[in-house]
Amino acid sequence: MTATDQTATKQTATEQTTTEQTAAAAYKWVGTRPVRPDGVDKVTGKAQFGADRVLPGMLEGVVARSPHAHARIVSIDTTAAAAMPGVHAVITGADFPDLSDSGASADDVSRSRNVMARDKVLYVGHVVAAVAAQTRRQARAAADAIVVEYDVLDHVLTLDQATADGAPLLHPEMVARGIDPEDARPNTASRVAHERGDLDVGFANADVIIERSFTTQAVHQGYIEPHAAVADVTRDGRAELWCSSQGHFAIRSMSTTVLGWELSDVKVTPAEIGGGFGGKTTIYLEPLSLLLSQRSGRPVRMVMDRNEVFTASGPTSGSNIRVKLGATAAGALTAADIMLEYEAGAFPGSPVGAAAMTAIACYDVPNFSVVGFDVVLNRPKTAAYRAPGAPAAAFAVESVLDEVARELSIDPIDLRLMNAAVEGTQASYGPTFPRIGFVETLEAIRHCDHYQSPLGPNQGRGIGCGFWFNVGGNSTATVNVHEDGRLTVMTGSPDIGGSRSSMALFAAEELGIDVNTIQSIIGDTDTIGFADVTGGSRVTLSTGAAVIEACREMREDLCRRAALMWDVDRDLVEWVDGRAQHVDRTETPLSLADVAAKAGRTGGPISVTAAMNMRGAGAGFSTQVVDVEIDPETGQTSVVRFTTAQDAGTAIHPSYVEGQMQGGVVQGIGWALNETYTYREDGSLDNDSFLDYRVPVASDLPMIDTIIVEVPNPAHPYGVRGVGEVGIVPTMGAVANAIHDAIGHRLCDLPMSPMRILDAINQGNG
Amino acid sequence: MRYSAPTTVDEALATLTAEPNARVFAGATDLIPQLRSGRPEPALIVDLKRIDRLRGVTLTDATWTIGAATPTSHLTRNAGFAADFPGLTEAAGLIGSDQIQNRSSLGGNLCNASPAADSVPALIANDARVVVASASGERVVRVDGITIGPGATSLAPGEFIIEFQLDRPAASTSDAYLRMIPRTEMDIAVVGAAARITTDGGLCTGATIVLGAVAPIATRVNDAETALVGSTFTDDALAAVAAAASAACDPIDDKRGTIAYRRQVAGVLARRAVALARMRSTASSNESSQT
Ligand SMILES: Cc1cc2nc3c(=O)[nH]c(=O)nc-3n(C[C@H](O)[C@H](O)[C@H](O)COP(=O)(O)OP(=O)(O)OC[C@H]3O[C@@H](n4cnc5c(N)ncnc54)[C@H](O)[C@@H]3O)c2cc1C
Repeated sequence: MTATDQTATKQTATEQTTTEQTAAAAYKWVGTRPVRPDGVDKVTGKAQFGADRVLPGMLEGVVARSPHAHARIVSIDTTAAAAMPGVHAVITGADFPDLSDSGASADDVSRSRNVMARDKVLYVGHVVAAVAAQTRRQARAAADAIVVEYDVLDHVLTLDQATADGAPLLHPEMVARGIDPEDARPNTASRVAHERGDLDVGFANADVIIERSFTTQAVHQGYIEPHAAVADVTRDGRAELWCSSQGHFAIRSMSTTVLGWELSDVKVTPAEIGGGFGGKTTIYLEPLSLLLSQRSGRPVRMVMDRNEVFTASGPTSGSNIRVKLGATAAGALTAADIMLEYEAGAFPGSPVGAAAMTAIACYDVPNFSVVGFDVVLNRPKTAAYRAPGAPAAAFAVESVLDEVARELSIDPIDLRLMNAAVEGTQASYGPTFPRIGFVETLEAIRHCDHYQSPLGPNQGRGIGCGFWFNVGGNSTATVNVHEDGRLTVMTGSPDIGGSRSSMALFAAEELGIDVNTIQSIIGDTDTIGFADVTGGSRVTLSTGAAVIEACREMREDLCRRAALMWDVDRDLVEWVDGRAQHVDRTETPLSLADVAAKAGRTGGPISVTAAMNMRGAGAGFSTQVVDVEIDPETGQTSVVRFTTAQDAGTAIHPSYVEGQMQGGVVQGIGWALNETYTYREDGSLDNDSFLDYRVPVASDLPMIDTIIVEVPNPAHPYGVRGVGEVGIVPTMGAVANAIHDAIGHRLCDLPMSPMRILDAINQGNG
Repeated sequence: MRYSAPTTVDEALATLTAEPNARVFAGATDLIPQLRSGRPEPALIVDLKRIDRLRGVTLTDATWTIGAATPTSHLTRNAGFAADFPGLTEAAGLIGSDQIQNRSSLGGNLCNASPAADSVPALIANDARVVVASASGERVVRVDGITIGPGATSLAPGEFIIEFQLDRPAASTSDAYLRMIPRTEMDIAVVGAAARITTDGGLCTGATIVLGAVAPIATRVNDAETALVGSTFTDDALAAVAAAASAACDPIDDKRGTIAYRRQVAGVLARRAVALARMRSTASSNESSQT
């Protein structure tokens, strides 16, 4: 079968489901499921990921890491290492500028110290030096020969240890934001608060009040591709960097800031990316490889091992959460009092702010207080992870809501419907919601076959809901018409979820041409205008809006050119079905190829660029139902059925919407059931491999059924909301509620491992 | 690190005598991860897969012979073997994944000497023997005489295992192996339990019960066997099996499981493995009475 045959089959096979599931009937291309342009290269192994770049004379770089969780660096001696066979360059903190007095932001200073320790190491795995040598073996041997003298300090690995009176301080100079000095607690970087109404009144009006404390564990994004970077600095000071990331412009600015180089001296080319989930929005190896290349005069490649990925790249935060909810007997929420404490890792900056904003954003609660604390401890600096901050808070809130529903004998979906945020509700974090689709996701689950089906023995069912903002931001798109009339769409947004296909679908729809004839590519930092990172579920929304605008401008240009070719007034030309047409049908219509062939006579090459800062992201909501079956004698959980409903606004490429929904759920199931870091007393990581860091494997999962809800975002030309993140938010709460339903006990601590579940069952029996 | 691939047992023995700092390997599914994680490299690694005697699954008279380096997928795909030893086949089929099983061997699983090795409890329960190659000649050893502690075997330097021998089960005899892992595959047993049961009508006339992952080496639970033999698999007898299994555990607390959890679940799995093996033994007696 040829590639074209496959495309055709795929489309017919999926078309029926598309039309029944989505509102895309209004469109010809949007809402269809063309095969992804990067698919063949990926399944045949041809795609070039971060580590695949090979350059003549390339050296291999490795990192020397701290064996201590907290220590002062007394001295570093690299003499022996530098003299070892094959070694071309050795760098340490002394080779990096100190940003602390340079006016750089606090985040830049932290990043600079995270990629290369200066006076102190703050976690096991913190970088203390890097080496470039002919071979990886030589580089490793040299890195092992670097002599670092440490003055070891006491360390803190948990929130409770970090904030206890007298705890050792990671950053003694740190000034806490939002906390009165008399309330200061050790290692607490900031406090955020969202408050409304009067808590006392709210709880006084409640017929039922439930309060629970929860803990969640730090979890890794678990991308399959380890971090990798290839740098080549030429003698004239220009540099090239190849790496996979969620935003090569961000990698460029962060790397050059840390190095003190001119931003535009570095060109960053995005490689294919093997997963990011938020974790590839920051830098690790990139500035090191650039500096090693500059020092050695040779290209340098650096690739992390899996254990380095686990030890030193970003998990998301673990947390302590307390939730107290009050409701009337009829089920109206009257008050919510929520405390969130989030691990930031070694430097300030957990997503506790977003957690506080999202914690009760699904609901209309008249009186609430949500307070959050950002806490540093001797573990790797956290990085963004799918809806950063929201899932842990939702786990706690959805668990307590479930108890409220049980206490009041109200169906859990009814309880949520009664309190659901709708158009016009003032969101808990401030703004008033425009049209949103939360209620529609609840109704979709209520009416789905799964929610109506009976449960088997030892099974339980749980409901969970979640909210995520989605964001807009800066994007650039360039659309070029080739001499043969075919189209290339180029953006600056790395494709982590199939967005190249969605960009092509927008262009196909706008210009009325076959999506399979469109090239959709991602330009490097020298080739295309700026784009923010691929994150916040923003690319289909914002970069899509830039593509749409460019195509609309191009349509106008094509009509103008056709008018010139026919020598008629512009107003007499319209663009229909991919062709310029005279409104009176007096001329033979002109295809893109016809217009392209004469481009030289109608104004030159046909190319349009649109660049914009997109506002008006559409909030995303998800409701999920899960059935679990618990082995009452071993505590083993099997997820037997899962259905997720999510408001996509409009599903541009439904397969990728479903993929995002399913992926979020799968990661949520891992977080709920098994994923956790196990640290040894000395602060080193005991499970730095996929063997003992247990992400779900395929056989752990049922088919994740999806229901795409489409309540168009009024602020987007096609009604797009983001879809990448909210799918993970409800999952842990839904699974916890299902486990409670199955065994009659509430688990408030993640992960809900077989051991924890058997403990709960034993206590209930004992 | 050098590599060699002898094609006869004698050549392998000579190679090992010439280089004392050598490691043999078959699938290397334990060896490579260990070297990658920083264990000291030997001067020489000796690939046993090219030696004919170490590969293959054959039935001669009433004895199965399995080459020590045979990929476990060859074992699990052998219908005759699987009919005789459904539990051992299950155990071998639990190792890693399809990809791993195309490399992993029983010899490697046994000699890696992990307390959690999945095939070992079922090998012991079925009275497997191994043929050991040694410069001083071949010898036959019971399989439970090989592992002596985590990562340690009774083999002398330069010795290796050529093959496993298993006598076909007696009438109305069958086996089972169950393990607990937090996931469904690609994991290391938190608890493993193997049972071989012989029945006569409703009566238990023979029982071997072996636990994995709950002590430094696979552990035979004599008290459970005593409780079972002569019983009719009553609830009381099965409860006694569970209690004896829990009591026989000498587990550690680690990232994979707590002591309390391992003890409790060892009892559960031992009881379930007995029930499963019993069911199979009855089925196998029906079959033999039909033929
Ligand atoms: C992803 C993954 C998943 C795994 N899952 C499981 C699992 O579920 N259950 C499980 O039990 N194991 C598991 N393992 C471990 C491993 O696959 C098994 O122990 C396997 O049976 C080892 O066989 P091998 O031939 O690959 O051993 P090798 O790595 O070749 O050898 C292992 C050890 O045995 C020695 N050795 C090998 N052959 C002989 C011989 N004939 N005579 C003497 N010494 C010998 C070697 O010197 C070495 O010390 C897993 C491994 C991986 C990588």
